[in-house]
Amino acid sequence: MTYMTKSVEELHELLIKGETSPQELLDEAWRNSREIQERYNAFVTVTDKAEETEVTDHVLSGIPYGAEDLYSTKGVLTTGGFQALCDYIPFFSAGPADRLAETGAVLAGKTAVGESAAVRNPWDPERSAAGSACAVAAGAFPFALAVDTGDSIRRPAAYCGIVGYKPTYGMISRHGVIAGVSSMDHCGVFARSTADAAIVADAMKGLDIDDMTTWDSSDVHLRAALQGDFAGKKLCYVKELCDIRNYPDADETLKAHLANFMEKVVMLRAHGAQVDEVSVDRALLEAVSSIYLVISCAESTSNLTGINGLVFGPRGEGRSWAEQIKNHRTRGLDTSVKRKVIVGAYVLKDENQERYFKNAQRGRRLIVDAWKELFRAYDAVIQPAGTGATDAAVLEDAMLIGSFGGFPSITIPDGFVDGLPAALNITGNCYEDEKILDIAYGIESMMDYKGQIAKEVRK
Amino acid sequence: MKYKAVIGLEMHCELKSDSKVFSRSRNGYSKLANSNVCPFDLGFPGTMPSLNKKSVREAVMMALVLNCKLPEYMLFDRKHYFYPDLPSGIQLTQNTMPVGVDGAIEIECGGSRKMVYIHDIHLEDDAASMDHFDDTSVIDYNRSAAPLLELVTQPCLYSAEEAVAFLEHMRSAYKYCGTSEADTAKGQIRCDVNVSIMDEDATEFGTRVEIKNVNSFSNVYDAIKYEVKRQSELKAAGRYDEVVQETRRYDDVSGTTQRMRSKEDAVDYRYFPEPNIPRYRLTPEWVESIRREIPRLALERKDMYTGTYGLSEYDAAILVREKEISDYFEKCITLGMDPKEACNWITVNIIAYMNKNELTIDELFLRPEHLYFITDNVKKGTISSKQAKEIFFKVLAEKKEPSAFISKENAQISNEGELGEIIDGILAANPSEVEKYRGGKEKLFEFFVGQVMRQTRGKANPVLTKELLHRKLDQ
Repeated sequence: MTYMTKSVEELHELLIKGETSPQELLDEAWRNSREIQERYNAFVTVTDKAEETEVTDHVLSGIPYGAEDLYSTKGVLTTGGFQALCDYIPFFSAGPADRLAETGAVLAGKTAVGESAAVRNPWDPERSAAGSACAVAAGAFPFALAVDTGDSIRRPAAYCGIVGYKPTYGMISRHGVIAGVSSMDHCGVFARSTADAAIVADAMKGLDIDDMTTWDSSDVHLRAALQGDFAGKKLCYVKELCDIRNYPDADETLKAHLANFMEKVVMLRAHGAQVDEVSVDRALLEAVSSIYLVISCAESTSNLTGINGLVFGPRGEGRSWAEQIKNHRTRGLDTSVKRKVIVGAYVLKDENQERYFKNAQRGRRLIVDAWKELFRAYDAVIQPAGTGATDAAVLEDAMLIGSFGGFPSITIPDGFVDGLPAALNITGNCYEDEKILDIAYGIESMMDYKGQIAKEVRK
Repeated sequence: MKYKAVIGLEMHCELKSDSKVFSRSRNGYSKLANSNVCPFDLGFPGTMPSLNKKSVREAVMMALVLNCKLPEYMLFDRKHYFYPDLPSGIQLTQNTMPVGVDGAIEIECGGSRKMVYIHDIHLEDDAASMDHFDDTSVIDYNRSAAPLLELVTQPCLYSAEEAVAFLEHMRSAYKYCGTSEADTAKGQIRCDVNVSIMDEDATEFGTRVEIKNVNSFSNVYDAIKYEVKRQSELKAAGRYDEVVQETRRYDDVSGTTQRMRSKEDAVDYRYFPEPNIPRYRLTPEWVESIRREIPRLALERKDMYTGTYGLSEYDAAILVREKEISDYFEKCITLGMDPKEACNWITVNIIAYMNKNELTIDELFLRPEHLYFITDNVKKGTISSKQAKEIFFKVLAEKKEPSAFISKENAQISNEGELGEIIDGILAANPSEVEKYRGGKEKLFEFFVGQVMRQTRGKANPVLTKELLHRKLDQ
């Protein structure tokens, strides 16, 4: 019997009935994780011990899960993906991990950080993935925590054929989650169904005294909000992103993705939803990636100032503190991180700030305002997610807008192109997580991709 | 001197609060290194600041004291630099929108008044403290993330005396407002001093030199004196180009300033707004409620003491030196004591007793009510001034109510009828002395006084005794 391919609610029922035990589930999660690590390199750590858990009324009790290695985990190695933190074992857990521990969920492993080529996609080793996405798609456990900064939950979810959900900024505490881009970091979850994503977010959300950006969501009940009632919902898609005529050089893959998307629009209309085509200034859309580059590098270089080896990590060699810091960072940060640090320092430099950083912030504001304008008339904006098309940069980058605005945003699988998963992204206005998840739940119910496990279609 | 000195000050003052400005660990001086720390203070990955409302309140209060313009909301900026005292590499400060800008405050210097203009005042967090030894340095993070208020004056001070007068004024303001202990010995006040010189009739400032981390007011004084002299000598010698815009440090052993770094080596702090602290709105209602809590400050009180109460400059200055003493004095007045009398008791007796016993005025058992009770009894004639003083010290030493020392037995006889009867008896018993006195031997008056005192064992009110004796003998 394999359990780890089941949903959280199915597993809870089996646990309550006594047909399986938390230990049996954990043993399977460990076994799967070690195997997935070997095949896809998705883990930093597969844990080897866990406190005994009891099955309680909480639907997450006894359920194994994974967490991206950005989440501080008490007593378990937390590298944040940095060589500089290769020995760091925190003495406290990140806020969301603490909340999950209270429900009785069990940490089975720490997954590789971010979207990275080092992690192989379980559908196609050539395709990109993220540690948590890979582990969930390959059936290590039903869900895994991750951090979405630009679109780093919602895009890998698309590539891996699973659900990736990033709630409204500040709904889930970032306390103890190693910072990337503080104004855009969102704790979120990979799962194989909207319901599981909702359950996990319900458990993690809430005010946290250690994160001032958290807001009171005690009257938000995500799982309970999933009704799938579609009538009267108003959706839109942006013509400049989704119309094939924007891409004269489109390859067959992009054409297929956009065709798949348009099929879904027809399907939604058939189910009683209003789906309109809207137009947004193309100049704004074309600025998205530059704006992201500037702001993300600026905030990253700032957050990385703390990586200096004086308190954490192997102390750098040198005769002075300055030399020690320099050597620690030279060795402890890899090339891509160093590039971010240099770009970030450049755009924040006194004489460059106005031209780069402040302009990027203004641009971010304009784009967010444009999307807020859409939300005045529509419940959500939809788009194809993670087409992987190199010739459709504006489309590929558009999910960054969800991070710019702190909008709730979820990606769900919606078909296949060339045998590989295709996906749909649904983004709504801040604080409307219940509505967005309900829309996703409704769309998910119209199709047959819920709970799918990755199959290697290419070797 | 033929040049005019122009001085601007940056004054950092540690604020009083239970927890730190951006973390939950205790804010307080501790001899035990690294005992008041939490993950944020040590820059643990993933930790974020939690803004302390009390620190904001104190910052707003001081901005109001300095008559600054306040922003609509509190905004913090990250300031970046690498140094072992800053584990996260980020200091949180207010670069774009300080809690107060464009202020002005009147101070007293050398007997005259002067306006000092404030560029801004901003709330930030402190760094760890370090001790350096021959081959090693140690870091104490107790101070890390502690609240620090930095005020920056305009270049509007023209002598070391004015600079120190301003610092003294502000130290007093901090203490009066209860926002800081403002103790230089504990490193709670640290100053940076900007000094330049210019020709008396010049309109443009000279080259500015910054002297960093001057930690006592006397060092501020000496550093300015030295720096003005150094710059003036170079200018007089035609070598003013050797005065360059740079940062220097003051060495109190040699009494000189030395170059730390030049302008070219200045650090680019790469400021930008801290995303982890949402904008914190300062509502007009809250600001007003803080304004109402600002006590009257020393200079205002001193003006009242010399003006309304007619006290001397000297006495008034002693009374306002500490808010607690001034409050004590004012309480005495409210109870009905004569200001000069209250002033005398406090400046002569109370302060001497405090100093001798190393007590603060609030630690004394003797409250203003007690002092009023004692002096009121002197006024009523129940006790003599001499007795009052004895009772004053007994109350302090034995920690008992003054009424405990005024009993029937030691109470002064001030009743005219009672004393009259005693005197009548004495006069009747000494007819020949009465005869001689009335015959012109006036020296005998003291004999009668002595008889009254002997019979009453010293309790007769001396003034009344003399009055009655005169009345009865001279009729």
